[in-house]
Amino acid sequence: MIQKKSTIWLFLGIPLILYIIWVIGPAIYTMYLSFTRWDGLSSPVFSGFYNYRLLLDDPVFIKSLMNNIKWLIIFIIVPVTLGLSIALILNKNIRGEKFFKAAIYSPMILSPAVIGLIWGWIYQPAGGLLNTTLTAVGLKGLTGGWLSNPNQVLYCIIAAAVWRHSGYVMILYLTGLKGIPKDVLEAASIDGAKGWDLFFRILFPLLKPSTIIVIVVTIIGSIRAFDMVNIMTQGGPYNSSNVLGNFMYIEAFKNYRMGYGAAIAVILFLIMFMFIVIYLRQILKSER
Amino acid sequence: MAYSANYEKPGFSKKPRTSFLRIVLFIFVLGFVLIWLLPVFGAVLTAIRSMDDLVTNGFWSLPKSISFQYFTEAWTRGLLGKYLFNSFAITIPALAGTLFLSSLCGYALSSYRFKGNFLIYIIFVAGMMLPFQLLIMPVFRISNVLKIYDTYFGLIMIHMAFQLGFCTFFLRNFMKTVPPQLAEAARIDGCSEFGIYSRIYLPLSLPAIAAVGTLEFTWIFNDYLWALVLLKNNDLKPVTTGLSTLQGQYYTSWNVLVAGSLIAAIPTVIVFIFLQRYFIEGLTMGSSR
Repeated sequence: MIQKKSTIWLFLGIPLILYIIWVIGPAIYTMYLSFTRWDGLSSPVFSGFYNYRLLLDDPVFIKSLMNNIKWLIIFIIVPVTLGLSIALILNKNIRGEKFFKAAIYSPMILSPAVIGLIWGWIYQPAGGLLNTTLTAVGLKGLTGGWLSNPNQVLYCIIAAAVWRHSGYVMILYLTGLKGIPKDVLEAASIDGAKGWDLFFRILFPLLKPSTIIVIVVTIIGSIRAFDMVNIMTQGGPYNSSNVLGNFMYIEAFKNYRMGYGAAIAVILFLIMFMFIVIYLRQILKSER
Repeated sequence: MAYSANYEKPGFSKKPRTSFLRIVLFIFVLGFVLIWLLPVFGAVLTAIRSMDDLVTNGFWSLPKSISFQYFTEAWTRGLLGKYLFNSFAITIPALAGTLFLSSLCGYALSSYRFKGNFLIYIIFVAGMMLPFQLLIMPVFRISNVLKIYDTYFGLIMIHMAFQLGFCTFFLRNFMKTVPPQLAEAARIDGCSEFGIYSRIYLPLSLPAIAAVGTLEFTWIFNDYLWALVLLKNNDLKPVTTGLSTLQGQYYTSWNVLVAGSLIAAIPTVIVFIFLQRYFIEGLTMGSSR
């Protein structure tokens, strides 16, 4: 039904204006800021690619980027495998399926701040759950400094993030699995397909739409990471757990290098852009 | 055993091995879930013991005594009570605002054909994927200019505006499933456009609004970054950044820290327990279609 312009504005006007002022406008402005030098107080000064050139030489930037990449790789492997496996198991109509589903998903509803504090306690070198448990089962040699150990800290934070993210992957796959008609699988197993064969050649390809969504949200989640890092370690010790999201925040709001921070934000966005596009295309495919 | 009831289900295989497999899987998943939730169980057990007890005897020991005083400590001197109030003061208005505005948007985008309809829809969808970092500096500046920096209102505005993206996407797609004949009939009867929205589409969309509302409540309530950027006054902080302050205050008393975290988690847990169905619907309808 084609409508009068005034009616359309009645419905879309306020939301659209709000969205432009608070979301679209700022995004564009930040991109502009990345080409300036600005301390937040005086006016921004145009400086071309100065910030970007500076970034390429900044060891903290390289370290943060590497950490994001490690995060991304671990995130693609661990929560996805875990989530998919649990989804496959739960899909077999086990008793208590609803309870298990809720239990595994529940970390996702906790604020990253809450997770950060609880895992911060788990990782306490003296008396935290992890070290105490390791000692109690006789594995004292495996105890460590965890969050205070520059070599372990990133993986510790990622572990907490995996704990949170896996339930989400599980839910996405469970939905995908429920969408696969049972007769397809039955026909395949009558034809002799069993076990791994059944999985890899029939089931997994049928899950492709779910997998695309899972991969995209997982990648976006790993690149966006900020909350847990900021609460647990602020990127320390000595930037060993720094990630782009946190690095950007510190540069902009602690060091008052807003143009520099903007450049980091833009790079963060560009990395995500590819995956945003893939996600959008998947959504739109199911549109048309 | 209850498994005999499965013989009635279509597609049930009559191989005896299947029952055994189910038992094994059940035990496996049960064990997995117990370990999975260990951080939460552990936190509860730690929050009720004294630091002396914990430090001397370690976690895997019978508690010398149990006390809920650390929860009280976190609530009063740790200011968790105030932080919780702030969280609600920010979340509820933002939630109401975004649900209302996005229902308007979703209605118009789903029911009216006009040039730019799809473009506007894409703008909302694309916006929801933008990283916050791309927005924080200008929004910080805007909030200062509008003099809403360091107020509830500043946070309410950004949450309300930003969440419009996802909510509009969600509700527009849901409203597209409403048969247009209903609107046509109402128009013939002389109903105004706003009447069609409020008397037909809105009531029919309540399940979708409940689903997206549950998700949004959790997301807004759990926000950390915006509270960090737009609030300075400790008295106004929500539980997310409030926990940060708590961490500084009770650095060596982890029993108070985990007690505080558990208190902070209660609202979202309650929402999750009672509205779980809507939560999961929201997640799956919105992300995998």
